[in-house]
Amino acid sequence: MANKTKMSKRSELKDSQLIDITKKKFRWGDFLAEKVIKGVAFLSITIIVLIFVFVFREAFPIFSSSKSADQVMSAGNTAAGQETYGEVTDKPVVQDAQETYGEVTDIKDKEVKSKDSLTAQADDEKYTVSAGSGFDDNQSALKTVLTKDWVPVSQKPRYGILSLIVGTFKITIISMLFAAPLAIMAALYTASFAGKRMKEIIKPTIELLAGFPSVVIGFFALMILASVLQSVFHYDTRLNAFVGGIAMGIAAIPIIFTITEDALTAVPNSFYQASLALGASKWQTAFFVILPAATPGIFAAILLGIGRVFGETMIALMATGNAALMDLNPFTSVRTLAATIGAEMAEVVFGDTHYNVLFLIGSLLFIFTFILNAIAEFYVKGKLMKRIQGK
Amino acid sequence: MIKSFKKNIKGILIEGLTLSSAVVIIAIVVVMVTVIVIGGKNQISWEFLTSFPEDGMTKGGIFPAIYGTALLVIIMSIAAVPFGTITAIYLTEYAKENSIIAKTIRFAVRTLAVIPSIIYGLFGLGFFIKFVGTTMDSTFLGGHLKWGQPNILWASLTMALLTLPVVIVSVEEALKTVPDDLRAASLALGATKWQTIWKVVIPGSISGIMTGTILAVSRGAGEVAPILFTGVAYYVATLPASFSDQFMVLGYHIYVMTTQSANVDKTLPIQFGTTLVLLALTFILNISAIILRYRIRKKKIN
Repeated sequence: MANKTKMSKRSELKDSQLIDITKKKFRWGDFLAEKVIKGVAFLSITIIVLIFVFVFREAFPIFSSSKSADQVMSAGNTAAGQETYGEVTDKPVVQDAQETYGEVTDIKDKEVKSKDSLTAQADDEKYTVSAGSGFDDNQSALKTVLTKDWVPVSQKPRYGILSLIVGTFKITIISMLFAAPLAIMAALYTASFAGKRMKEIIKPTIELLAGFPSVVIGFFALMILASVLQSVFHYDTRLNAFVGGIAMGIAAIPIIFTITEDALTAVPNSFYQASLALGASKWQTAFFVILPAATPGIFAAILLGIGRVFGETMIALMATGNAALMDLNPFTSVRTLAATIGAEMAEVVFGDTHYNVLFLIGSLLFIFTFILNAIAEFYVKGKLMKRIQGK
Repeated sequence: MIKSFKKNIKGILIEGLTLSSAVVIIAIVVVMVTVIVIGGKNQISWEFLTSFPEDGMTKGGIFPAIYGTALLVIIMSIAAVPFGTITAIYLTEYAKENSIIAKTIRFAVRTLAVIPSIIYGLFGLGFFIKFVGTTMDSTFLGGHLKWGQPNILWASLTMALLTLPVVIVSVEEALKTVPDDLRAASLALGATKWQTIWKVVIPGSISGIMTGTILAVSRGAGEVAPILFTGVAYYVATLPASFSDQFMVLGYHIYVMTTQSANVDKTLPIQFGTTLVLLALTFILNISAIILRYRIRKKKIN
């Protein structure tokens, strides 16, 4: 009731007579300020639309029937643009990059993934074969997209993204299995059991963890976590989906925790009191009343956590081994969609098929996270409100 | 008696389980910080912070990376903070709470916040470099390649897009703490709406704008993926002097040193040192943001 009067008071204020009185005189300053502010506010919508348009625009040529060398030139913006990125920036980049990821990750890696040595070799070829040569037929490139071989740079490039997709999902599942229970339990503790002092320790720690740059988490995973986990679980490949999944889980914990905790504290106090009045103990209330009431919020938290892991680039680049293998073993190296873009975009020729395919992968990532966010936003929130307000 | 004990056992178990989850998370943070501090503390010296890399990056300092990071976040803030603040002002002061426009903008802001950072990188490449940059080159420079390639301006603007939602959310939170009475009083004294916002609302939420800026800077200093192909370089011998130069960044430096340097073991101290510097930077920024925000929330309660 009190809430309602407050609401109406606020809305009254917004378009109250007070403003109308001052509006007697038309003021240019105010008028302009309002228009400018409104215009700027639309910027965020504009950016979303622009991202849609420009990421898809660069991916689009893959769907056109065939591309002449002429088009490649114009897309690459004259001869200078034809040079790879690496060359434009600095010579050392190219030279150093020649030591492919396979080598960097581990020597053991190579022995184990004999099947994958083909990929690694192809990676080497990248720098001997002049990039972008001889493969302008997008139609046949498009046909290879739904296969499992990701060999983008060779005489006969294949752009099979299935193994990348499987790798990404593998990592996502591992990280969610690790992070979701941990973060949800911790949030339940903070919301239902923790005293004031404990809260003052947990919340800032989570905020600090949220501020951790992903490259630092990646560094930690690469240098320390990988060795520790290997000595505990005794698997062969040092950098694999498991290490990457745990590291990404660490990155996803703050998101899941914060949203879950918000959902838990949003459950009205009357639920809590009613449960206690009926004779339930504190933990029963927390576990059987508060937690179920907040499930849609927790669901949203997990969705956004998945979105974070799905698009995470730096941790994937540093801690997963980056070999496009297609199997379900959690202890083999994987290559995620985002990591593929991050690793290869800097070395492709502008306007080349490989370039377009990388943008296609980007479009997939974008669509996926957009949908996840939309579900979390509309479906879950609506349900949560309904449940809490009992309508 | 036995029954209640059983109940208690369950309760203790569940409380213990949830508590241990919280402890595990805290432990993870503590371990990460400790390991990096121990690994990097011997490397930190005045020279390390102020000199250039030497001997093919195996010796020397990280000054260009620090300088590049600073420049990046400054240009980024100049772009992101005003736009973010204005959007927040629109959402709290002008838009009606449940209008379609406000809802759409809010949805757009939240979407911006969850788009993977690598997508911003692709967008920066596709829009700023390949669309804006090449158009600028062909109209002003007659096709001479200057803006149509990665540089610090495009990287900073890409980063500004990424940090825009961070600014919007914290400024909005601060604007809501300004009591409606103050607005009403200002309007009653004959001030126009814009005068009220400029003279009453914004001064009252200046700490919120600062929090947003700090959080945005912290985010921008740590992100690498958006600038991977919009302007960052492995090594540049000179500091960036103009908007069209490439630059080095702490985060990218760590990435390159750990995965692509010729001798990973030899540069290990530098890697730890750089990571420690980056971590310390984001920590200081985040802690000050947390303290500021705590004060704002306290004010709200009063």
